[in-house]
Amino acid sequence: MRKFFNALHIDLWLFVGLLVLMSVGLITIYSAGGQDIGLIQRQTTRLGIALTGMFILAQIPPSFYRRVSVYAFVVGVAMLVAVILFGDVGKGAQRWLDLKVIRFQPSEIMKLAVPMMIAWYISKFDLPPKTQHIAVGFILVCIPTILIAKQPDLGTSLLIACSGLFVLFLGGMRWRLIGYVSLLLGAFLPIMWFFLMKGYQKQRVLTFLNPESDPHNTGYHIIQSKIAIGSGGLEGKGWLHGTQSQLEFLPERHTDFIFAVYSEEFGLLGVLALLAIYLYIIGRGLIISARAQDAYSKLLAGSITLTFFVYVFVNMGMVSGMLPVVGVPLPLVSFGGTSMVTLLAGFGIIMSIGTQKRLLSR
Amino acid sequence: MPIKRQTIRDHTAEANLVTRRAFVAFIGAVCILLAVISNLYVLQVKKHEAFQTRSNTNRIKVLPVAPNRGLIYDRNGVILAENRPVFSLELVPESISDLDDTISRLQTLLSIADEQVERFHKNRDGQRRFKPIALKTLLSEEDVAIFSAHKHLFPGVSVEARLSRHYPFGEIMTHALGYVAKINKKDLQKIVEAGEEENYKATYDTGKLGVERFHESKLHGKVGYQQVEVNSASRIIRVLDATPPEPGQDIILNLDVRLHEKAAELLDGKRGTVVMSDPETGGIYTLYSNPSYDPNLFVHGISNKNYSALLSSPNRPLINRATQGQYPPASTIKPHLALLGLEQKIITPDETIKDNGQYRLPKVNHVWRDWKRWGHGDVNVTKAIEVSCDIYYYDLAYRTGIDKMSAYMNEFGFGDYTGIDLYEESDANMPSRGWKRARFNEPWYIGDTIPVGIGQSFWTATPVQIVQSINTLVNRGERYIPQIIRGTKMENEDKIDLPKTLRPIPVVDEKNWDIVIDAMYGVVNREHGTAFRAFKTSSYQSAGKSGTAQLFTVAQNEKYDAKNVAAHLKDNAMYVGFAPYNAPKVSIVVVLENAGGGSANAAPIARKMMDYFFELYPLADEYVYSPEEKKSVLEYTKE
Repeated sequence: MRKFFNALHIDLWLFVGLLVLMSVGLITIYSAGGQDIGLIQRQTTRLGIALTGMFILAQIPPSFYRRVSVYAFVVGVAMLVAVILFGDVGKGAQRWLDLKVIRFQPSEIMKLAVPMMIAWYISKFDLPPKTQHIAVGFILVCIPTILIAKQPDLGTSLLIACSGLFVLFLGGMRWRLIGYVSLLLGAFLPIMWFFLMKGYQKQRVLTFLNPESDPHNTGYHIIQSKIAIGSGGLEGKGWLHGTQSQLEFLPERHTDFIFAVYSEEFGLLGVLALLAIYLYIIGRGLIISARAQDAYSKLLAGSITLTFFVYVFVNMGMVSGMLPVVGVPLPLVSFGGTSMVTLLAGFGIIMSIGTQKRLLSR
Repeated sequence: MPIKRQTIRDHTAEANLVTRRAFVAFIGAVCILLAVISNLYVLQVKKHEAFQTRSNTNRIKVLPVAPNRGLIYDRNGVILAENRPVFSLELVPESISDLDDTISRLQTLLSIADEQVERFHKNRDGQRRFKPIALKTLLSEEDVAIFSAHKHLFPGVSVEARLSRHYPFGEIMTHALGYVAKINKKDLQKIVEAGEEENYKATYDTGKLGVERFHESKLHGKVGYQQVEVNSASRIIRVLDATPPEPGQDIILNLDVRLHEKAAELLDGKRGTVVMSDPETGGIYTLYSNPSYDPNLFVHGISNKNYSALLSSPNRPLINRATQGQYPPASTIKPHLALLGLEQKIITPDETIKDNGQYRLPKVNHVWRDWKRWGHGDVNVTKAIEVSCDIYYYDLAYRTGIDKMSAYMNEFGFGDYTGIDLYEESDANMPSRGWKRARFNEPWYIGDTIPVGIGQSFWTATPVQIVQSINTLVNRGERYIPQIIRGTKMENEDKIDLPKTLRPIPVVDEKNWDIVIDAMYGVVNREHGTAFRAFKTSSYQSAGKSGTAQLFTVAQNEKYDAKNVAAHLKDNAMYVGFAPYNAPKVSIVVVLENAGGGSANAAPIARKMMDYFFELYPLADEYVYSPEEKKSVLEYTKE
């Protein structure tokens, strides 16, 4: 059995975890979407496409990814610039690039291209990296982050920045340097607040600090979502019986706020089970990273896994009122195609790293 | 030359470093997840009960339910105002991902004008989140069917039905019936002041005019409640408990829609009004004002174009001429003044004056003329009414004085609201010394008194005031408030309201009233009577008085020349009457603006209205006359 999957370059442990997670997602979407079977069909189709993508990417050896890292990054940045110049406006933000045949968000490509690029760059030199290499790495991270933040898409730019920084961290960036950088970023925050953030972004932060101040607009999501989670209690109201979600008090309930639906219907116990699945997937990803043959593979697999964790944390944090509302879906559970494809593509690369070992090792 | 040190990469050390860091990251992730869990623990376990309560109050709402508005019937049970379901296309902008796309697709599906889209966007401003906003109102059944078939393509869009007022007779009934329209800011303020806010919570429309406005409290009913489970779009998922609303009362009016149709036909192309009433109760049979307009236009919000057309029309269709038109009553009040003279013994039935066409006062260099240039010769009080002799009344006015005239006419209701159940009523003006002082800061001159005798000077009256005064005359001083409402429709037997009475006018001598009523009979039935020709062939015996109100003051030594007077200054034609003269069943007033003489223009219309009335409500045989019978009666009364 294991051998069969190994031959297919599928990591069985990881694969099972992902399938369990996706099933939880479908069950919750069914409830959140007002028991619309059409929604389930669409999501299943997307899952099929995304899984196919994952399977294809898993067949490609890690060395290939290392070789195309730079090209992927450069093309990605070029497309980001193109989006700013000619992109389509959807929901008030420029994120889409229409290539006539397909319409997609270049920022999704960057979610993989950035860690690939940084991993490629850092692994060229000895680990732990020297300060000047760290500095170059920072600049490489900053370029796409700023371009995406300008679209504006705060959530994605945050995820991309993390994916790059994780590579530096895993590569062995010295603790002292990490401390200095953190201090520097802390000092930078007020400057950002006063000079760089837009009015509505500030509003989001203010609302996050005190959601009751604006119960009808920005704060509405947070209040309703907290009511949903809180009223779920320990055991939850039961599947399809969450009043907050069934009565449509919750906005975006089958997409970004699906965690509130899940918490309301399955309670804290259900949430703990869900977190266990996530932790299991993250653990498995990190094990693959630790067992990988070369530095590039280790860094890339580790970074993708940790970024996946950031999705989980940011989404749960914003839905439960710990973090400001940024548009980050609950990975593999939220309804939506784009993030699904990118996430599973990432796992395709991890599986490639985990299952394709060069024979002449050590 | 320094030798470049060749470093050999220590792969094991590097691998261990990354593994260590991965482990640290994993521990970090676990720590962060623990923080998430502890936050969730607080929400879901520690604060669970508080959130549970909020969740419950969140989903259960008490919604007001609008009562169905009472229906309005005419006296024969013909429905005048009904409630019809109307459909409107409503959008919840928050539930629609691409609003512009949705609207443009709806535009191709149904015919929706750009103007409506604009209005929709305007209406969105300042609305509550998730509140449905109408894109198109008054959907046709076809539209509803088309949309229903494509409903699945339009999330956030729905067709909503509610009851809306409809007036099947359109402009025929407008001025009496009025209409309802959307509650506006001013209405809301009044509702709040009246403490009716709660009762109107779910109500869309309120009476704006006519009976709909006056009897709003009867028609509206009482709000009901529904305890419901709702979603945040306020859409009801299920009803938990309900207190049904109490529908408004169905009311019956004294009006007869057929008489209104007749009046509309007879007044077509003219400006004027016809009011008919039942002298025995004060009930109004007809209250028609021409030109009129379609009240249904107002129910769903009249367009600016239509409204400004109504406003700016020189014929002023928005005015209810029957209750708001202030006309000099002219000769129609001669019987009242004669009665005053007789009752207060200023004149006697037999005394005569000589009318040579002119009236002069000692030491006053002014001539008042009779409408008949050469006068009527010897005239007593009866003949003065029958031939409408002006000189007689100039003299009567002079001898009576303004104070007595003003006071007595006030008793008839002139200068005061009749109390008809319409808010659109004017009290017009019964002039007096005090009034002139207050109005113009001028004393009352004797020259002002003389024309009061022929219902001119500053005297104005509304047609409904005039008809009320005729009823008082006919009833020998008993006074009734004109009423449009007749009663309430009940399941088994309708409840008919009692007539509303006013303080009667004290009678000095019944004979004086008989003399005046006989003179009015003479107006119609004696050959020199001004309305003799108009009623010659009628099968009933009526009494009446014509009137021709001057709007244009003819200079001294000049002759009034109808051809050379501007249209809007031409005389108003008037006629008042009742029938049968000895047991009146109906009284009438007809006013035609700028139509000329009353006997030639207004009397024939009154005749046709009365003929039709007795066709609809036939008289007992003893009151019906064949032409031969009538002739012999005429000869008999001629003596």
